[in-house]
Amino acid sequence: MGNERVNETRRNFLRKSAVLAGTILASSASQPFTAMIFAANQPDKSKPWYAIGIDIEKCIGCGMCAKACKSENDVPKDPFYYRSWVEQYTIKNDGTVSVMSPNGGIDGFMQTVPEEEIFKTFFVPKMCNHCYKSPCVQVCPVGATFESPEGVVLVDKEYCIGCRYCIQACPYGCRYLNPATETADKCTLCYHRLKKGLNPACFEVCPTGARIYGDLNDKDDKIHKFLKDHNTQVLKPNLNTGSKLFYNGLSSEVR
Amino acid sequence: MEHLYEILKHVDGYIYPNEIELQWGILIVLYPYITGLVAGAFILASLERVFKVKVLRPTYHLALLTALAFLIVAGLPLVSHLGHPFRSYEILTTPQGGSAMAIFGFVYLWYLMVVLLLEIWFDYRHDLVLWANESKGIKRRIYKILTLGVTDISPKALAWDEKLGYIITVIGIPSAFLLHGYVGFIFGSIKANPWWSTVMMPVIFLLSAMVSGIALVMFLYMVISWIRKVKIDMACLDEIGKFLFMVLILDFTLESLDQVHRIYEAEESFEILHMLVTGKLTYTLFIFQGIMGTIIPLLILGFFRIHLPKEKLRTPMYFLASCLVLFGVFFMRWNVVIGGQLFSKSFLGFTSFKLGMVGLEGFWMALIWMIMPFLILSFILWLVPPWKKHAENKV
Repeated sequence: MGNERVNETRRNFLRKSAVLAGTILASSASQPFTAMIFAANQPDKSKPWYAIGIDIEKCIGCGMCAKACKSENDVPKDPFYYRSWVEQYTIKNDGTVSVMSPNGGIDGFMQTVPEEEIFKTFFVPKMCNHCYKSPCVQVCPVGATFESPEGVVLVDKEYCIGCRYCIQACPYGCRYLNPATETADKCTLCYHRLKKGLNPACFEVCPTGARIYGDLNDKDDKIHKFLKDHNTQVLKPNLNTGSKLFYNGLSSEVR
Repeated sequence: MEHLYEILKHVDGYIYPNEIELQWGILIVLYPYITGLVAGAFILASLERVFKVKVLRPTYHLALLTALAFLIVAGLPLVSHLGHPFRSYEILTTPQGGSAMAIFGFVYLWYLMVVLLLEIWFDYRHDLVLWANESKGIKRRIYKILTLGVTDISPKALAWDEKLGYIITVIGIPSAFLLHGYVGFIFGSIKANPWWSTVMMPVIFLLSAMVSGIALVMFLYMVISWIRKVKIDMACLDEIGKFLFMVLILDFTLESLDQVHRIYEAEESFEILHMLVTGKLTYTLFIFQGIMGTIIPLLILGFFRIHLPKEKLRTPMYFLASCLVLFGVFFMRWNVVIGGQLFSKSFLGFTSFKLGMVGLEGFWMALIWMIMPFLILSFILWLVPPWKKHAENKV
């Protein structure tokens, strides 16, 4: 009797082990599919994995970031191509929202709404969200747009075929077709500077320190302090893009 | 760049600064339109072959050859639209598995090489052998090449042709569904764009493809009969009309369901889409696609289900209905592709689109792309005329 119970348990144990092993095997086999479906790469813990923090409460709308970005990265000067820009939100007393970004904020802003009609107004700097489940990486038919090991979304302009599918797929309007190269173009987080240990241009020039970037893999990094000290939010969280651009003080009107 | 400065003056509300230029123009409207015509024409052909709707026999070969002529052109507007057309081979050599667009090359080649060309070849092999024997000069040589050296026309070999052709048609039906359902998925899977992002998109694309393909074969059958001065087989035309009516009802119902669903759910994007539909798309959606492309053909074809008027009245009405359907489905594609890019993803404003006349993305170029399949079809019909097939003449 006693022996049988042990056997029964052993049989159950074996059965459970088999189920567990099968599940692990199946889930590991499905791992590539996860990568395929979500375009999600797990961060390489041995390298930095960058995220960005922008403090809307600190932004004064000087537009230096947008200007520096254009100069640093040879972005066409015409007002149709931006890797980085600033939006001026004005919420009126009647609840209506007015948004402006003349020349991406490079030339500064003029408030056009009379002061007595303004409920509140603020600036929102925009740039690539360097999503880790990024829709633009997902849709590229040839893999010309990809996520670097540091979590930076980049475009290989030697390989891009210029189908513009990624521009359609970016929910944040951060991509454009560069008329000079006829390929998709976007913020690289100044990857060329990052690699040399320099700050991206827009971070370098911000006079109020409204934007920071840091390594999510390093618990002592300033980005962790930023995320801990503030109630941050990403843009369009409903789209599950895995955005790594966190805003402090993001008003619900901002899209 | 000048046109972008012009558009800048017509921006309405707030759009992200990179959104002034429409990324996909009329060439990308043509791409799903032409692909849809292929899928639709093929499905009509398979009705005869697989579903044994024998009354459609007069249009069987025409439908197949139409599908081929249009498929040859289908990918070209897409490739010519690329920033780097000469890099397009990368889609085949290094496809990125997660991309909906990456599979297009394979779906296209499968459909062209495995389904259409093979089916037509099995169907025509017997005639190609006979024509090669009957003709002289260059034509004889072309027919000989087209037989691919398989000149056995014993009853046993012909029975095999029939059998293999049938199997390929059976495979062809899901392939046609795949081809166009897939084109719908390219748009339907873009979650950033609420006008596109709906699970209904592949289904709607498929049904409108069937509608347009059937209408195209109907149109071509009438035109070719008039050119050849032969009598139109009214039983066949009525049958096509019946199928067109059925699929048009389905298409209309599902497209309406999609809109009703959007209106009832009224998600975050509802206001901007409402403004889009009642503003920039009023003509193309309500008048061109809705009234002209759907309601009027439905009334004509529906009326014929109740009462069949005399041939003299019926034929021009069928002609009108097929033209209207073709016109309407073109604008359905327009409303999806262009409409989906007119509003900002900030949901706060609109850019504008003006179709230029000249240039690679202009009206004239689009017209050339649209005329090309008809020219190819004329050539194919001259080379392998269905009405001169030996088997057909025996029947």
